[in-house]
Amino acid sequence: MIDLIPVSLRVNGVRYDIDIRPWRTLLEVLRESLGMTGTKRSCGEGQCGTCTVLIDGKAVNSCLYLAVEAQGKEIATIEGPPAGDPALQQIQRSFVSKGAVQCGFCTPGMVVATKALLADNPAPSEDEIREALVGHLCRCTGYVQIVEAIQDAARGMQDAASQMAPKGSD
Amino acid sequence: MNEQIRREFQVLGKPTPKKDAPLKAAGRAEFADDINMPGMLHGKLLRSPHPHARIVSIDTSRAAALPGVRAVITGKDFPGVRYGNLPRTRDYLPLAIDTVRYIGEEVAAVAAIDEDTAEEALDLLQVEYELLPAVFEPEEAMKPGAPQLHAPAPGNISAHTESQFGDVAAAFAEADYVREDVFETHAVKQGMLEPHACVGVWDSFGKATLWSCKMSPYTVWRQLAMGLDIKPSDIRVVQTYVGGGFSGGKQEAMPMDFCALMLSKKTGRPVKFVHTMEEVLTIGHMRHPMKIWLRTGTTKDGRILAQHCKLLANGGAYSSIGGFSIFLAGAMLNLPYRVPNMKFESDRVYTNNGFCGALRGHTVVQMCFARDSQLERIAEDLGIDPLEIRRRNALHDGDVTPNGFRINTFAFDECITRVAEMSGWYSKRGKLPKYRGIGFGCGAHLSGARLMGHSASAAEIRMLEDGTVHLTTGSTDVGQGVETVMSMIAAEVLGVEVDDVNYLKVDSAATPLDPGTFGSRVTLFTGNAVKQAAEEVCRQLAEIAGERMGVDQQDLVFRKREIINRKDERQRVSLKEIVRWAMFQQGRVITGRGTYGASEEKIDFQTGQGNLSPAYNPTACAVEVEVDPETGFVDVVGLWGADDSGTPLNPMAVRGQVIGAAVMSIGHALYENLIRVDGKVMNPSFRDYKMPQATDLPKLADFQHANVITWEPEGPFGAKEAGQGAGTGVIAALANAIYDATGVRLTRLPMTPESILFGLKGVQQQKGNRGP
Repeated sequence: MIDLIPVSLRVNGVRYDIDIRPWRTLLEVLRESLGMTGTKRSCGEGQCGTCTVLIDGKAVNSCLYLAVEAQGKEIATIEGPPAGDPALQQIQRSFVSKGAVQCGFCTPGMVVATKALLADNPAPSEDEIREALVGHLCRCTGYVQIVEAIQDAARGMQDAASQMAPKGSD
Repeated sequence: MNEQIRREFQVLGKPTPKKDAPLKAAGRAEFADDINMPGMLHGKLLRSPHPHARIVSIDTSRAAALPGVRAVITGKDFPGVRYGNLPRTRDYLPLAIDTVRYIGEEVAAVAAIDEDTAEEALDLLQVEYELLPAVFEPEEAMKPGAPQLHAPAPGNISAHTESQFGDVAAAFAEADYVREDVFETHAVKQGMLEPHACVGVWDSFGKATLWSCKMSPYTVWRQLAMGLDIKPSDIRVVQTYVGGGFSGGKQEAMPMDFCALMLSKKTGRPVKFVHTMEEVLTIGHMRHPMKIWLRTGTTKDGRILAQHCKLLANGGAYSSIGGFSIFLAGAMLNLPYRVPNMKFESDRVYTNNGFCGALRGHTVVQMCFARDSQLERIAEDLGIDPLEIRRRNALHDGDVTPNGFRINTFAFDECITRVAEMSGWYSKRGKLPKYRGIGFGCGAHLSGARLMGHSASAAEIRMLEDGTVHLTTGSTDVGQGVETVMSMIAAEVLGVEVDDVNYLKVDSAATPLDPGTFGSRVTLFTGNAVKQAAEEVCRQLAEIAGERMGVDQQDLVFRKREIINRKDERQRVSLKEIVRWAMFQQGRVITGRGTYGASEEKIDFQTGQGNLSPAYNPTACAVEVEVDPETGFVDVVGLWGADDSGTPLNPMAVRGQVIGAAVMSIGHALYENLIRVDGKVMNPSFRDYKMPQATDLPKLADFQHANVITWEPEGPFGAKEAGQGAGTGVIAALANAIYDATGVRLTRLPMTPESILFGLKGVQQQKGNRGP
């Protein structure tokens, strides 16, 4: 058996020092070593998007990403930082209120991918939203309510930003 | 439609987000694979590489000796009792004992300290097989001398069904017009994103507990007892969150479930199994591939006089619920059109492929594809408008079909009208540019089936001292919204908020017995039981409150967490206060029980006669496509559907169901296809088994759905099914749209770009031949 190696990962702003086998994927380490089971395991080959996390703000399939490679990077998962993340919370509220959650297995990956999308493009068109969802399968909703939820989240975040604006403008 | 539709609901009828959605969106819902127990081992299954073989020997010694392996089991570790759904169809074993019948069948299982070690141990298992001749096509399997899969099934006939109503021969003789067509459908998978997963614990008291993502936990519970040959009372099945079901393995006990328990018994540790997606797509449980021969006779004006259907289903290696699958196909020939004379003959045949069973829409989907494709050809031949021919044959409220379906509500005509309006049918049909087309398709579904054996549902409500409601049923939420709609029904009756109702997941040790979630039965069957349970609680609380308030209990109404005298609304008392008084002063446990039986109706499964469901719902849709003549690629640019789901109790959930069902049918129609060569699945991965992506669908503005509201007297608060019917007309609509766009009539699924290009060549040649 190959020896364990020490790694240091920053997940949701918290540092974790753990010993893992070097071939473990980030998905496996999150779920098994750190007990963060919000990130889901499904196809195991980067097709379904249920395992999506953000690495330095970019959405990646954690089933195809070795944990050792994630060292020195900021990993963000559906669990969010301990103090909460307003963007994540807005997206989650929109998914709930627009009926975008059915079985909920794709939802964490969809929510995390939405965060990356809206960070890059705060007002995406319907086509841009659909493009961003390629690689994220949902078998329940037919995507309609997911697209509507992302539109709603974008509006919600823009409203929040415009309320903040006077304070930050000077 | 009637007075009651205008009834004011307190809770129902308003779009209501799923109660568990916040938990799921936060990643905090615990699915089966999320369970982690101290000392837990990980299991893996060894699968047959051969489509048909005798197991000569299995040497487990090298695997058992691998460091980290804790136990290895084979079929001989189980009692050898076959399990299944009906006495006649019990042909499953937890692990194969002497014969394997398809590539992927489970042969042995390993428990180890981690998944990698378990995987490695599989490579060390040595199985000696003696290969047997295999057969993959039903026509071949039925021939004399073909390899036989199961001794009790001569000719490999897994199930046979036939039925006849009216005088078919006379009706065909009388018909002005007769046509015959053959349609072929293919194997498709449920495609749920959560792979099957379970954790088994066989404790030192001899009790076996399985945590798993099951849609029908009580079916699993019974089958586990059967296959393990122990008392059901020694087994407990606990439902976790279910990451999509769509029927299949989540309906039944699977080899992984048995092995998790048996390996736990051997090791004294919890054992977890999780399928890889490759396993999910390789093993059984898929839609039946069918050959459907359909002969229809009509009058000159397109009224159906008779239909004769012969159906051959490739059942794969085991029965599953295949007997019912083909029965249902025949029964559903009676909807949504009036067919006064009908004959149906069907065989389900064993072959050395992964076995088939139920999948959203079950076998209704294949029948609707055949029938609505053919109906369009009939309309064309007779020069009748495609919508008009459907209207002329449509069933209506109050109709009784020849096989005995008693239809209460059936707003089919209105569904057709709504779709025509939404889609702009009359401004598009025949007027779209070349290679753009629009097609119509219709279907119908049941709101649950009355089956042999267990059909009834039950619900139990217990009031808690804080005025909240503890609601249990045996029905599972698989994403469709059961926990929300059941809570809404209870809240409506009890006059409380949806969030006051705590809907528990199924646990066979605690929740009422129930057949489970399938056949679109839950809202109607379980919903009626919940309504009755809540009414019983109201009766008890009104009795106590009436006494306390000095008011006739008949005058009390339940609203906004209060019990109110309707004659003098100033007289009111909080629900909580009455519950507490009953508990604290009288020692009463306020509980209500409700049931919904399948009534006294008997379905004659031999003749096909009987009122199979309490309610029936029609559906219609139009699909607009653009076909690329260079590549044959079909772009679905519009989809408009209308359904009579009765009175939608949670319109948000109904919308999610009907759109989801329609999209699944788009995938099945155009690209999803489990490709099998000599019994081997060639595309067991989401890379190669293509399901619809967000970009494959019409834009929001061109993707519309309407509910035609009726009040179904059998349904709780007027409701009917919503989750499956909406998918049944879509495939024919696509076939009809492709024909409208290209002149290519496709009768075989999936309707791939290749088949369209091939068809386009044929169309061009025909035109060439006709040329000057």
